[in-house]
Amino acid sequence: MDTAQETGNLTGIRQIILVLSGKGGVGKSTISTELALALRHSGKKVGILDVDLCGPSIPRMLKVQDKAVHQCDNGWVPVFVDQEQTISLMSVGFLLEKPDEAVVWRGPKKNALIKQFVSDVAWGDLDYLIVDTPPGTSDEHISAVEALRPYKPLGAVLVTTPQAISVGDVRRELTFCKKTGLRVIGIVENMSGFVCPHCSECTNLFSKGGGEELARHAKVPFLGCVPLDPQLTKSLEEGQDFIQEFPKSPAFPAFISITQQILDGTLAQTS
Amino acid sequence: MKVNRNGKEEQETNTEHKRVKNKSKNKVIRKTITFWNGNMIFKNELFTTFSKIALLDIDICGPSIPKMMGLEGEQVHQSGSGWSPVYVEENLGVMSVGFLLGSPDDAVIWRGPKKNGMIKQFLRDVDWGEIDYLIVDTPPGTSDEHLSIVQYLSAAHIDGAVIITTPQEVSLQDVRKEINFCHKVKLPIIGVVENMSGFICPKCKNESQIFPPTTGGAEVMCQDLKVPLLGKVPLDPQIGKSCDNGQSFLTEVPDSPATLAYRNIIQRIQDFCGLHSSKEEKLISR
Repeated sequence: MDTAQETGNLTGIRQIILVLSGKGGVGKSTISTELALALRHSGKKVGILDVDLCGPSIPRMLKVQDKAVHQCDNGWVPVFVDQEQTISLMSVGFLLEKPDEAVVWRGPKKNALIKQFVSDVAWGDLDYLIVDTPPGTSDEHISAVEALRPYKPLGAVLVTTPQAISVGDVRRELTFCKKTGLRVIGIVENMSGFVCPHCSECTNLFSKGGGEELARHAKVPFLGCVPLDPQLTKSLEEGQDFIQEFPKSPAFPAFISITQQILDGTLAQTS
Repeated sequence: MKVNRNGKEEQETNTEHKRVKNKSKNKVIRKTITFWNGNMIFKNELFTTFSKIALLDIDICGPSIPKMMGLEGEQVHQSGSGWSPVYVEENLGVMSVGFLLGSPDDAVIWRGPKKNGMIKQFLRDVDWGEIDYLIVDTPPGTSDEHLSIVQYLSAAHIDGAVIITTPQEVSLQDVRKEINFCHKVKLPIIGVVENMSGFICPKCKNESQIFPPTTGGAEVMCQDLKVPLLGKVPLDPQIGKSCDNGQSFLTEVPDSPATLAYRNIIQRIQDFCGLHSSKEEKLISR
């Protein structure tokens, strides 16, 4: 019998969203973080579960890299990003003795920790739990989906960059979703164009349109293009709330639109 | 061995794989370089300058090398001496799980042990012939693939690792872990490459730091950790295009600042390998 179901650690969570990609470096953690911040700005209570055990990026992106996790009767207490406790986070990053310490684990050990992360974190009541994953279709993904299946996730957001090399791997990720019965909420095309701040010329650094074409080919929703935005990258570096601080920045409208589609989609699913 | 749509191995109906008792009978590999924290675009460019190159793609879940080398759709053939790599040119052979998949939609949904098994097969059963450099492309992280390749190649001696990063701290914080991993498993570090290091607008020629080096970029990290910085490669939209089209960026865009950066980095890698092999020869001749 699943411990989590008995203790109810995930039963207070209304919707679970996984953020996936076949490819590394396309911006999953960025999208996860901004999605969480945008949902929070829409008045939602959000948790983020970072299951990228080898490369846990989210603590720094939310400026909580120096925090530690504590235990309570129901398990681990997630780290709250803000005083109002509207965003909480669990990551292996909080369990490392030193930040540069490498997590050099084979599959079985990773699987065990992911199972613990899913069942032993006392999230409390959340509107959304966003699960950030490493690239690929391996241990972390299989374990996360298996552990979350009883809680019927809303689905997966797939992140790609526009170029064919990235899209090629995300096609495989779509197959993973199909095989594991994970609904695809939609595809986000990240790093989609760069507008020069000096002359406003737009350059398609990583090509253009691959994500949209993939969505069409695979008959899944296309959630939108997020442009390259140095202000966004800088916010993530410094753990700032991009959605709050930079509403005029090029990437802002994209995040608002993607979040709105997820909120609308949630309403449609639950009604 | 073919992998069907369900990611399951299909049994070979013809002769079994030949176990190679004496590795040197089939292949003489002089240099082994692994690339960590995978930027595959960079690796693609390495190959046009060395003499005889073998490229082994151990990114089992995300095998991008076939496409980048213009080899999409190619199949692996078996002969009496093992699997034949797929040749881009006479002196550049490639092996990837990508060649074993029936369709671009096929996902390899394998846990660690199965991935390790594949990597072992790649090392044991591929008939590379005589080569000067074996270059191993890895997925991001510090997990099964990385542990396995270091373990399986320990007898053959890996010359070193080239670690790729982008300038921002979010990337560097993972690369520091990679560097520590290399120290832990006693893998020499040839150096670090800072990729996507600045962008020059083609219209106004002003530079933008799209991935700003808020903590000093790879330069400061390399100074702190006392590892060499091999070079910085700027962003050039042609790089992505070349990869998507399976072309060599160095050949297609010889005048790009990125091309110059790549060539300098390649030279430094060659120098490192040359220096270390002459040191080994000195030790042996004593």
